[in-house]
Order: sequence, then structure tokens, then C-alpha cells
Amino acid sequence: MVEKFDAIVIGAGPSGNAAAYTLAKQGLNVLQLERGEYPGAKNVQGGIMYAAELEKIIPDFREDCPTERHIIEQRIWLLGDDNYIGTNYRSDAFNSDKPNRYTIIRANIDKWFSEKIREAGGLQICETTVTELIRDASGKVIGVRTDREGGEIHADVVIMADGVNALLARRTGFQQELAPQNVALAVKEILFIDPELIQQRFGLKDEEGVVIEIMGKVTKGMVGTAFLYTNKESLTIGIGCLISDFKEGSIPPYKMLEDLKNHPVIKPLIEGAEMKEYAAHMIPEGGYKAVPQLYGDGWMVVGDAAHFNNAAHREGSNLAMASGRMAAETVIELKQAGKPCNAANLAAYKKKLDDSFIMKDLKKYRNLPGIMHENKQFFGAYPDTLTAAAHSWFTVDSVDKKTKEKEIMKSFVKKRSIMGLVGDAIKLVRAVR
Amino acid sequence: MSIVVKIEEKLYQNRYIVDESRPHIQIRNDAVCKSCESQACTVCCPAACYTKNETGSVTLATDGCLECGTCRVVCQDKENIQWDYPRGGYGISYKFG
Repeated sequence: MVEKFDAIVIGAGPSGNAAAYTLAKQGLNVLQLERGEYPGAKNVQGGIMYAAELEKIIPDFREDCPTERHIIEQRIWLLGDDNYIGTNYRSDAFNSDKPNRYTIIRANIDKWFSEKIREAGGLQICETTVTELIRDASGKVIGVRTDREGGEIHADVVIMADGVNALLARRTGFQQELAPQNVALAVKEILFIDPELIQQRFGLKDEEGVVIEIMGKVTKGMVGTAFLYTNKESLTIGIGCLISDFKEGSIPPYKMLEDLKNHPVIKPLIEGAEMKEYAAHMIPEGGYKAVPQLYGDGWMVVGDAAHFNNAAHREGSNLAMASGRMAAETVIELKQAGKPCNAANLAAYKKKLDDSFIMKDLKKYRNLPGIMHENKQFFGAYPDTLTAAAHSWFTVDSVDKKTKEKEIMKSFVKKRSIMGLVGDAIKLVRAVR
Repeated sequence: MSIVVKIEEKLYQNRYIVDESRPHIQIRNDAVCKSCESQACTVCCPAACYTKNETGSVTLATDGCLECGTCRVVCQDKENIQWDYPRGGYGISYKFG
């Protein structure tokens, strides 16, 4: 006899964990399947975690959640060849009892979250890859097949939280293959270092943290960004670009990361640190227009598998957790009303998403991915001209300021033309308004 | 700035549970790689699993694979990569992620 659950959740990332926990907490009979040897073994994140969505799911998470540092300062840097222009925002108000953002180490959070799911009564099986969705004669999803012997399991609903590759939805025909311009490849390293050095170099005390988001020459004119985050006893450094750009280029991602680590303004910050892991991951960057069909008869998709990532604001795991929670709440409501998890009823999940920040934010930035892709000057010409302008401005050399202004203006016009500059400004404003 | 990157040194830090003689990714047809102008997989793979070989085709070694899926995406026009996740419990096992 085939075992049957109220719900099967595939994957133990942020979205799958949020779904499984919410379901288990309400007393539903939930099975979570994870292909890694432990929860988090296959997950990669920058990573920054925003408190708000986790707080909705586990209000007292701060009591034992293994976060790293709460973020008190955000830096945004534009790198030239040997220089940078940056903005910093730092506030002591971020030192509150309930910090808003934390740096995290993904695997630590996943292990902690999984324990919460088991405590709530959810059943979790690791080292198990789901190979197929099982459908009945009408096409309704009624369960999954795994790579374990006799690995057929049934459920009223299957929640796919299987990440950016979303193989199951693709194989079943629920989703198209990822387009190279809609997905970025990011590589990162974790560098262990004396916490005192972190505090000295970044001006921190206790568990305060700084994050640096980086754009500029290091992506070699490709659409992409880099980052440097402070953890408790380590730094995380990474860089990512659109796969369509990597495909046309000739520089491997690990070489790009090495160039970033050796950049004259980055190197002193990471000097003396020991690399302990090298990771790579794809990031869904297509935005609103790339969001696939999100539900059907007996199935839902959440998190990265649903392309829920706000590239403009670098938010992902909070969208993942929110979508996992909303999927679970939809199932709970149907269960309580005695209704089946068919496509008509699961449409309530899409309604919840549309009414939330997830779809509202993605919709707001729906044109941004296309504009970035078609306007490479944001990643090539601008970093060069801006840093050169700053260099001229801050070099005291007996040239009068009026002449400097003229030269700086000329350099911009030379790179882009007046119409180009105005056009770029309009495009950017339209894309983010 | 020219920096030599030894990808093996990076991958050496990672924990892998290798599924001996059961590669989860396979090249479907050698001839298609030979006729592929870009051989983008040899540049894009973050673990350098794909290398151009002396016959003008591409050799694949999946032991260092980070399971990101980039090769599948770059080769989708040729559809010459049979991409799967490793069996449950095998493959990369991130300590930090």
C-alpha cells in the first residue's frame, strides 16, 4: 500500500522550510523530501536574511536562530580598475532589539529551520531525490516517485520548492527551460578570519555587521554585481553575471572572482583570510515576466523554482519564505473547508501572491531586466567615466575647477553623447518607478 | 592584471560524496560538441568540469560539479547535455552554502 500525506514538500531551502513548517504547525500530515545529505547541503546564498518574513512564520526566531551579524551599515561601491566611488549608510538605530537584517551562513539556518519543522511534527527525509511527479488519468498530480526503492508516495498536494533549476516542473511540462538572459550565475567563497580583524577593518563592535554591494569594472562590462559580507568569523565574497553574458564572453566565473579578490580596494579587506569553501549557484533574474505558471491540479511552485527574486533590491530568501508560507496557508484553508486541492481552488495561492509585496515588487520592476540587458554601458562606460571624474575632482593640481568641470562633462558626453545620457536616465527612471 | 587561477585548489576545499562511475551529467553526442562553435560550457562552468580536448570535442568530468545547472542553460539550443541531479545523498555537500 502506498503511503499518503496531506502534503509533500520537495526541497529544504527557505521556501520549502517555510511551507513545511507552516503545514506541520497546523497539524497537517506533511512529508518533506531533501536530496542533500542534510538540510542545506545543496543550498547556496550570499547571504543576507531579512527578519520580517521569518518573523511571520516563527515570531521568536531570534531566541535561537544562528544568525551571524546584524547589519548596521550598507555600502554600495562602484569599482574602477584601481579605485572606487561609494555611498555608505550607517545608523546606530540598526542596533535594536529586533534587527531588520542579518548576515547568515545558509547551512546553519537550514539545519535550525529543519529542527523546528521536526519539532512541529513534520516528517523529513534527506538523501532522497524526487525523480518524477505522479499524475492520475486526469493529469492531476497525486504524488511523487523518488530514487529510493519502492519510493512512490502520495499526497493531496505537492509543493515544489526544488530551487532555480526546477527540474520537476520542467520535466512535467509545467515550466519552460530557463532563458540564459533570465538567470545569473554567481560564484562565492567563504573566507575565515580573526573576528578582531573584521571589527578593525570595518569599524565594528560585537555582532555588528557591514555589507558591501559592488558594481563596476570587475564584471568586465557584463550585467552583474559582486558583494562582500561580514559574518561573525568569516567574510563572504562573491560575484555574479547573467548567463547570456558569460556565454558570449571568454572569462570563466572563478577567474572573475579571483580578479575581484585581488582588486586593490578589496584585497586589504580580505588579506590573511583562509578560504574554506567555494560555491556556485544560479539566481533567477528574469523578474515578473519570467514567473511561470504557479499552480495546477494538485501542485504549487514556491521560491526560486517560481522565479521569485527581486534582483533590483537583492531580495530572494524573504520572497521564498513568504511564498512557501502562502502556499501552505492556501492548503490549510482548503483542508479546513473540506475542499480538494484542484487548480480552481489553488488559484487562491496566486491571489495571495498578487496581493502581497512579492508580485507587487516584481511588477514594479518588470522592465528592469530587459533594460539592463540591452544597455551594457551601465556596467562598462559608466564606472570608468565616473571614477575618472572623481579622480580628477579630488586631485589638487592647480587646474581651476571650472576647467575640471568642463573636462568631466566632456568625458561623459564622449562616452555616451548627451542624448545617450538623457536616454539612460529616462530608461532607468521608467524601469524603477 | 593577470592572475593564474587554479580551480582545483578551490574545489579541494569542498566536500563531495562521489557516486563512483555514475556521473549525473552526460554529453549526449560527441559530434555535436565538435561542431559547436562557442563550446560555451568550457568557459561558463564554475567548476571547470568541461574542457576542450585534442580531438576538438569536449571532455566532461563531473566529480567537481557544484550542481548549479549553468551548463544545461548554456547548451539548451544544442540540447546536448543530459542533466540530472545526483542520486540522493551524493554530490556536493556544502558545509556553509
